[in-house]
Amino acid sequence: MLHLTTGRVGCLLSKQAVVALTSSGARMSSHGHHEVSDSVDMSQPMYWDRLDTPLPDRPWKDVLDSTDKSLKQKEKGPWTALSKEEKIALYRLKFNHTYPEMKRPSHEWKTVIGGMFIFFGITGLVVFWQGHYVYPPQPHTFGEEWQAKQIQRMLDMRINPIEGFSAQWDYKNKQWK
Amino acid sequence: MSLAKPAMRGLLGKRLRFHLPIAFALSLVAAAAFKYGVTEPRKQAYADFYKQYDATKEFNNMRDAGVFESVRPTGE
Repeated sequence: MLHLTTGRVGCLLSKQAVVALTSSGARMSSHGHHEVSDSVDMSQPMYWDRLDTPLPDRPWKDVLDSTDKSLKQKEKGPWTALSKEEKIALYRLKFNHTYPEMKRPSHEWKTVIGGMFIFFGITGLVVFWQGHYVYPPQPHTFGEEWQAKQIQRMLDMRINPIEGFSAQWDYKNKQWK
Repeated sequence: MSLAKPAMRGLLGKRLRFHLPIAFALSLVAAAAFKYGVTEPRKQAYADFYKQYDATKEFNNMRDAGVFESVRPTGE
């Protein structure tokens, strides 16, 4: 019920106060925003702040006090009679966040990158332990001598003599080009 | 405070008119770059290799290195 009270207070107050009040009591409040509500009655028209669906089923403030009610009455007349503050107040009655407020950046990326690196580190430790305790001995074909004999045989067979392996070998001077 | 009415129609057409010529041009550039950066040098490399290629000499070199099973090196 924090939303309703702060909405009430936030009518003519600065935006910062409203944001500060609504962002407490949320899950990752260190992220800087995104209030989390508990269970919602889905059989009633809902309010939402969504970039892709701009007009929710109900206005933000349902329960209007007397000042709000009188403002709503004034809204029924010509809108040129409304002052700028009154127009903003009517907007705030109807909507919780403006589009820039909805799009405001969060600090979530730091958590994501940090978590990524933590898991990279853990994986690195696992891989290192695995290399030490799990892997069997290397096949004999990995040894230096065997590799040298293998390369010599590949050159003798003229593997890829045009653009590839043997093309890099100088057969006259018996060295790499 | 009255803002200009935003564009309501022709958004896809506008995007296509901008992006399609660019996409077409970049594709042609990519194809040309591959042709003249990869395929033409490769064809030239093969041509140059086979100009000076003596198959019999190469065969004898390989035979003497001992990589064949059908013929032993000369003098065995």
